[in-house]
Amino acid sequence: MNAIVRQLTGLRDWVDDRFPLMSLWNDHMGQYYAPKNFNFWYYFGVFSLVTFVIQILTGIWLVMNYKPDGATAFASVEYIMRDVEWGWLIRYMHSTGASAFFIVIYLHMFRGMLYGSYKQPRELIWILGMLLYLSLMAEAFMGYLLPWGQMSFWGAQVIISLFGAIPMIGETLTEWIRGDYVVSDITLNRFFSLHVIALPFAIAGLVLLHIIALHEVGSNNPDGVEIKKTKGADGKPLDGIPFHPYYSVKDFAGIIVFLMLFSAVVFFAPEMGGYFLEANNFIPANPMQTPLHIAPVWYFTPYYSILRANTINFFFIDAKLWGVIFMGLGVMAFFFLPWLDRSPVKSIRYRGGLYKTILGIFVVCFLILGYLGLLPPTEGRTLVAQICTVIYFLFFLLMPIYTKLDKTKPVPDRVTT
Amino acid sequence: MSDDAVDTRRRRFLTGTTVVIGGIGAAFAAVPFVSSFQPSAKAKAIGAPVEVDVSKLEPGQRIIQKWRGKPVWVVRRTPEMIEDLKSLDGGALRDPESAESVQPEYAKNAWRSDKPEFLVLVGVCTHLGCSPSFVPELSAAGVKQPWKGGFFCPCHGSQFDLAGRVYSGVPAPTNMDVPPYRFVNDTKIVVGEDKGDAA
Amino acid sequence: MRTLLIAILLCCVSVAANAESGHGGPKMLNANVDLGNTESLQRGAKLFVNYCVSCHSANYMRYGRVAADLGIPEDVMKANMMFTTDKIGEPMQIAMKPTDAEAWFGVTPPDLSVVARSRGPDWLFSFLNGFYLDPAKPTGVNNIYFPSTAMPHVLAELQGLNRAVFETETQHDVEVQVFKQFESERPGTLDDTAYRKATRDLVNFLVYVGEPAKLVRYALGVKVIAFLLVLWIVAYALKREYWKDVH
Repeated sequence: MNAIVRQLTGLRDWVDDRFPLMSLWNDHMGQYYAPKNFNFWYYFGVFSLVTFVIQILTGIWLVMNYKPDGATAFASVEYIMRDVEWGWLIRYMHSTGASAFFIVIYLHMFRGMLYGSYKQPRELIWILGMLLYLSLMAEAFMGYLLPWGQMSFWGAQVIISLFGAIPMIGETLTEWIRGDYVVSDITLNRFFSLHVIALPFAIAGLVLLHIIALHEVGSNNPDGVEIKKTKGADGKPLDGIPFHPYYSVKDFAGIIVFLMLFSAVVFFAPEMGGYFLEANNFIPANPMQTPLHIAPVWYFTPYYSILRANTINFFFIDAKLWGVIFMGLGVMAFFFLPWLDRSPVKSIRYRGGLYKTILGIFVVCFLILGYLGLLPPTEGRTLVAQICTVIYFLFFLLMPIYTKLDKTKPVPDRVTT
Repeated sequence: MSDDAVDTRRRRFLTGTTVVIGGIGAAFAAVPFVSSFQPSAKAKAIGAPVEVDVSKLEPGQRIIQKWRGKPVWVVRRTPEMIEDLKSLDGGALRDPESAESVQPEYAKNAWRSDKPEFLVLVGVCTHLGCSPSFVPELSAAGVKQPWKGGFFCPCHGSQFDLAGRVYSGVPAPTNMDVPPYRFVNDTKIVVGEDKGDAA
Repeated sequence: MRTLLIAILLCCVSVAANAESGHGGPKMLNANVDLGNTESLQRGAKLFVNYCVSCHSANYMRYGRVAADLGIPEDVMKANMMFTTDKIGEPMQIAMKPTDAEAWFGVTPPDLSVVARSRGPDWLFSFLNGFYLDPAKPTGVNNIYFPSTAMPHVLAELQGLNRAVFETETQHDVEVQVFKQFESERPGTLDDTAYRKATRDLVNFLVYVGEPAKLVRYALGVKVIAFLLVLWIVAYALKREYWKDVH
């Protein structure tokens, strides 16, 4: 036993002489001091990493049997579901993983908003995170075309057509994206390439940058207290604990719970009532016939609602283009949070009632928009969507004002438990 | 933090248990990924047993049938050919008793077939996978003697007799494989199903 | 082009909205299928190969898989249930060419491999129970759940033929024909209960065909989650142990 340990230590030292093994380990695990007061909300970062790994692994396996060809794509998915040993499980993990990814990312982002994690000095972490979110949207959108069902086809058709609203270049741009006059085999092929090669690389790179940036400035926490300000005699933050073993064991237990919920969906409700896998997507793509009711997958619906909410022409721009602009702005607005938020405190715990109320209303509006995006519009629904859209944008536009007006509470020097 | 009350034994035990159970879980999780590499139902359907009709096969001739993507030969040997097989032995052949070669039990005999008249072989050289040529002529040029007709591999010069038995001194290590097969009746062979498999 | 597309989209959406908001036809029947009932699946398979596969394929489903999953011996399968091929590994294809089909029926009868996933079992069950006599249609029948369907009532010999009774009602100041009930015109070989049972078996089989893995995935899911629970208990104990340090 001791001989083996000595040998392994020797190997480690050999590598360490040639590669910064121990310093990497210490910087990011063994000697990375994380605040000791992380709560439930702090799991979603590691959950998104787990989901990413699941998606990459299952994705690699799916590509082994999937055919990116308009004539055979749909059949190849069913081939995976039936003829390939365990193919159904790998496919369901991937399809469930897509939705799970957005669930954990939305909760992860909301955590950032709850505890002011985007505020100075973590602006760059937030921006990298937003870039990840955008890449993930692109990744999901392109992946959704691949099963080549009716929803794949018409979803892509509609979303790509949005770019057509851009004046002058719109029409050319949509043709350039599709490589054809309609979504076709050519589009499928390039989306496949981007989905399995380009975007996963981009996402992996951004994840790395996101984590490096985080470990440079250190994690925020539910109190919004900078733990690096109070260090002990040994130079270590008094409120910090080494990530390993404390958070590695805690996260591991959390991941198991996450995997239980994930498995529950994979094994018992992979369609999730038609929200994760839509019924119409079990009909092969047919460019001649649009399904009666089409809606984007749930994770895009808040923005889809914003898109549809605009029904009036103003400033010489027609309603449709405004819809597209608002949708774009709706996503982009999050980028500016670090500078829009003028509050002297980070965490919701020390903010006043004003901010709490406004954030609550924003979340409700976001959820309502998401819900409405799943439904066909009626006059009443459009009105609700319009109201929610206005509130959505006011949340960002007025943030510099109400975060200043908000009566904050004094922030303690040390974290509370 | 205080280190005074740390129960190191308990920690070691719990760490070990978690690693072991987690490892078992990881191994189970790997099963679908590893298993999915196996031939799919489609590959199995394509590689399903094939029927060979030998009613029109003249003595001394060979027909080729594709099975699992490989050539399968059926040779109808003449009585002389069967007789000639006996004259070849350990002197000329590397594995005359087929001790180290691949064949079903019912083909592990002097003529390497269920019925002496019909030889069924996977037409792939056991050296590096080329498909040997059928050379029934006794007067073939450039072959190792004693030659009683057989198969000659153009890639690296391995040669086999009319039972698919490999000659000594050629690169191929074993006799050519005999696939599982059975006679449905006197003129119909199913390749891919063993003798005794019910249809 | 783009205007058109968006217009199409909005039209479809508004059509769907109208369809959803009211008089979209009678309420669906509840298929209430039971995948655990292997005998029902076997009966459904028999109905499927006898009545459906002459026009509808199930191109992604292999006979051998059906035999293995439903416990049907291969020789029984080959002798009684395979009419278009003699190879057990082959999918359930049809002999009819799509172009011929289009000429005969006006449409290509859709592949039924995943129809239970796109339409849902309730729709299928309702559809199979929704045929009624309608001399105005080329097939002589119409369907209450799929008006003007191109499909003839293939199961008529089992069900017999029904007349549909409509009543005129005024809804939102518009007179509409509302379906009330079916009345038997000519009985078939099965009575009402037996026909419902037969179609339920058939739908059950289609649900299975839609996703063969469904037969195993629930049981496997229970095991996976049970295992994770055990792992969690140890992992949580480990976490508790280490976190004793943190005050």
